[in-house]
Amino acid sequence: MDEIRVRYLGKKGELTALLKQLANVSAEDRPKFGQLVNEAKGQVQVEIAKRKEILATQALNAKLATETIDITLSGKGQEVGGLHPVTRTQERIENFFRGIGFDVAAGPEIEDDYHNFEALNIPEHHPARAMQDTFYFNANTVLRTHTSPVQVRTMEKTQPPIRIVCPGRVYRCDSDQTHTPMFHQVEGLLIDENISFADLKGVLQQFLNVFFEDDVKTRFRPSYFPFTEPSIEVDIWRINSKGEGSWLEVLGCGMVHPKVLEMSGIDSEKYTGFAFGMGVERFAMLRYRVDDLRMFFENDLRFLKQFK
Amino acid sequence: MKFSENWLREWVNPAIKTEELVSQITMAGLEVDEVCAVAEEFTGVVVGQILSAEKHPNADKLKVCQVSDGAETFQVVCGAPNAREGIKVPFAKVGAVLGPDFKIKKAKLRQVESFGMLCAASELGLSDDSDGLLELAESAPVGSGFREYLDLNDSIIDVDLTPNRSDCLSIHGLAREVGVLNQTDLTPVNIVPVEVQIQDTFAVDVQAPQACPRYLGRVIKGVNVKAESPLWLTEKLRRSGVRSIDPIVDITNYVMLELGQPMHAFDLNQLSESIIVRMADEGEKLTLLDGQEISLRADTLVIADKSKPLAMAGIMGGEGSGVSEETQDIFLESAFFAPISLAGKARSYGLHTDSSHRFERGVDAQLQNKAIERATALIVEIAGGQVAPVTEQVSQDNLPKANEVTLRRTKLDQYLAVSISKDQVTDILTRLDLDMVEVTDVHWVTRAPSHRFDIAIEADLIEEVARIYGYENIPANMPTAAVNFTPAAEAQTSIQTMRATLVAQGYQEAITYSFIDKESSLQFVPDVEPVPLENPISAEMGVMRPSLIPGLMKAYLHNQNRQQSRVRMFETGRRFIGSVDALDQLDQQERLAGLIAGTREPEAWYHNSDKVDFYDVKSHIEALFALNDGEMPTYERADVVYLHPGRSAKVIIAGEEVGVFGELHPQFAKSLGCNQTVYLFDLNLEAVLTGKLPVYKVISKFPEVRRDFALLADRETPVASLQKIILDNAGEAFKDVSVFDVYQGQGIDDTKKSVALGLTWQHPSHTLSDEEINKSVEQVLAALEEALGVVVRG
Repeated sequence: MDEIRVRYLGKKGELTALLKQLANVSAEDRPKFGQLVNEAKGQVQVEIAKRKEILATQALNAKLATETIDITLSGKGQEVGGLHPVTRTQERIENFFRGIGFDVAAGPEIEDDYHNFEALNIPEHHPARAMQDTFYFNANTVLRTHTSPVQVRTMEKTQPPIRIVCPGRVYRCDSDQTHTPMFHQVEGLLIDENISFADLKGVLQQFLNVFFEDDVKTRFRPSYFPFTEPSIEVDIWRINSKGEGSWLEVLGCGMVHPKVLEMSGIDSEKYTGFAFGMGVERFAMLRYRVDDLRMFFENDLRFLKQFK
Repeated sequence: MKFSENWLREWVNPAIKTEELVSQITMAGLEVDEVCAVAEEFTGVVVGQILSAEKHPNADKLKVCQVSDGAETFQVVCGAPNAREGIKVPFAKVGAVLGPDFKIKKAKLRQVESFGMLCAASELGLSDDSDGLLELAESAPVGSGFREYLDLNDSIIDVDLTPNRSDCLSIHGLAREVGVLNQTDLTPVNIVPVEVQIQDTFAVDVQAPQACPRYLGRVIKGVNVKAESPLWLTEKLRRSGVRSIDPIVDITNYVMLELGQPMHAFDLNQLSESIIVRMADEGEKLTLLDGQEISLRADTLVIADKSKPLAMAGIMGGEGSGVSEETQDIFLESAFFAPISLAGKARSYGLHTDSSHRFERGVDAQLQNKAIERATALIVEIAGGQVAPVTEQVSQDNLPKANEVTLRRTKLDQYLAVSISKDQVTDILTRLDLDMVEVTDVHWVTRAPSHRFDIAIEADLIEEVARIYGYENIPANMPTAAVNFTPAAEAQTSIQTMRATLVAQGYQEAITYSFIDKESSLQFVPDVEPVPLENPISAEMGVMRPSLIPGLMKAYLHNQNRQQSRVRMFETGRRFIGSVDALDQLDQQERLAGLIAGTREPEAWYHNSDKVDFYDVKSHIEALFALNDGEMPTYERADVVYLHPGRSAKVIIAGEEVGVFGELHPQFAKSLGCNQTVYLFDLNLEAVLTGKLPVYKVISKFPEVRRDFALLADRETPVASLQKIILDNAGEAFKDVSVFDVYQGQGIDDTKKSVALGLTWQHPSHTLSDEEINKSVEQVLAALEEALGVVVRG
């Protein structure tokens, strides 16, 4: 390209030479001659530029072609890990209740029997207090069997309105296919003036719908817990892989027993409330179709990595 | 409690099917666990009698039987070892269908023709017993339909009763509940006291009236314990899961199931002088019915005679004093033992009986007389005998009082958020056998019946009304109380954000048990005596963890043994240090711990096979502390038994140690069997999450100036100490120092290392001149040389 430019447009180029002969052209023809030569020069310049651009594009294309990589290879850097399915489920439960104005409360896991049992109206000879069910350290110290002691501790230091959920580890002296000696619960408590059974039904039905992203078919069934009266168990309707439906218990709940309120210094004439509790593992199993409870505590990465 | 539906229907028979009945009582709080048919579906089976049983000519184990169906005789080949002349058995005739599709046809077995089949219990779905033919009573009417004969069109319903509803631990109790739910009247069994024929009595001395407020006894002489319990009795027992023993025991069990009153029959001739109801002497011995010898405690109520304890009251009878094959005269006991005195006692001896189950939860204190009359009538009917009068010892003061409970209209409406009419409430309470002491528009004053001693407070009445009204009929509302949100602590990193940060760095969250074995506890944390459980599941889970590390290492090894070579795990949870004797001071701090091992990045096509090292785990920790505007940690060498002494550090925030991290000590790695280097961290979760709110600082408009240096320092000198001196001496416009190379090796003195640093300055209000920078540089270099002997590399 340069050669062509020099040959026609350079100092010694042919068109330059023609211009130098301008003096030899008659004055009459001179303007026309000059104009023609300049036009020719311009045309050459344009053609050169065009050609240059074509060549540059070709060169770039050739370069890009050599730079092509395998776009199917993996990206670089860290792969992400994941939350434990129990934590993930617990957060999902917590998020619902945070959303409707509940606070999250925590408390000790090694508890005195007052907070774990007595303050919850569980009398001394109640079956739940037997060694078969409860881990003891000594006669009046236990591993909490539920997160209810956190509720008691909250009631002791706060006057209503109280809206809390208490997630955490709980312990029962049981180990087989369907029981692990440690598991997780989320318990909740709402105390205020005029809280009714209907409120309990509303909140828990909403919770189940939100958690399972479905209109969950439920039944609220009378039951018995020492710390609630009336007491209720909530069953949900589940269809198994064979298409057979059955009721499955997922929540225990009830209106807080007046004695429980009084023992923690809350006026049971003025305030009522409801309490509920659920096993996080059970919700995780239902949600992710885990069929072996014990997988949760083996910490096998091949299991854990399924929950991103 | 298991019961036969047909038995219940003898008492109350609402026009609803099994399925509806089951759903109805479940929804009333008597949760049905299981319903199963008493027998499988089958047709064409009759009561047959074997007239003769000859050996099969061509088979040792088979017999050729001639079987009568009352009208005709059939030849049947049978392999059951108990097939013999005279016995009555279920006989499936040709054309019978067992189960869904097993059709009985005429057959030839080893050249002998067979017309039908003689059945074992398992073949009819009656039980799992396939041990030979089901032998029927001699009285069984030959030729009658087998289903009708055994009343097999029945279901066994297993109901899981909550501890407050012991009133339903009987057919009568269940019938009462079903009657209330269906507004159907009961047809209770008619109990007519048997006429007294003899005047024998046996002295009873109740020395513990608080534990035994009522004790009824009766002598019956000349009973025939070898009499056969009738089929209706044994079948009802069987369907309730109770084995038939002898007529006397069967009847006491029957009355317990029917009315809810556990009873006991003593062999009168084994009793010495009198019955004494007393607390046991500490260490007194008693051999129970099941043969085991128990050493009694003083808190245990016993039924004794003059010489020795005979029975653990309300729990189990003793060997030798009960009814045996030789028994002729009996002493029948029907007592009320106070629940509080029996609670937990059976279990404390490793026992649990139908009787203890009922007494612990509570038996109707007004039931004893009715029960003893019912049992007497049945005994006389089945086993004969002459009846003496009932003797009763009662302590009115110690009997439970009928509770008077008031239900207020305002409370009822407020609790249930639905208004149930006065008449309906009155009707529900009345149907539940509560006495209406006073009913007005504002309240119901009620007295609970003796079988509903669980009704004690207003909330109990609300529950009863709600239960019968139907929980499903109570509306569902979202509460509309004023919401008082707690201020959201922004200076605190949320645990979710913390977890997400670790997850983004490839960590998988683990959850390990809070209890570990004592040996690993002491191995990892030798200076802490771990808190032991009194009743652990196993020694493996014997103590509360003083650290999350042993559990995580166990999880690591679990994965290493499953070919998982690249491991990144973390866990949050409490550690436990201290003593349960000082619970307030027991440290139950929440910790965040983790470990990494293997390659820095997952195996891939680019050259990235570098293994993780100390600085990886450090960067992960720093990322967590950098999540909010809190103070960044400083580091000191750690002295932790399980960490490499040269490759571990304490994490310090505001002068306080908040955790440690580093390489697992090679000796630990070896003894645990690690096949690669593992890096660990263990931090106070609270410290990780605590920070500050960011505060805006004005951004300088003037250019930044950077100068780079290569410095020679002693190898042992921490780079952090260079940074500190630079920070202190680089002037007010100093902004930052970065370390972009550390080198030791060829070209440098063995005792030295080269550290390349980039220092930047920026002034908030003017452009820095060369002179200003040079002055700062000189100050920095002079200070470095003076304090640490550090010089610019030549």
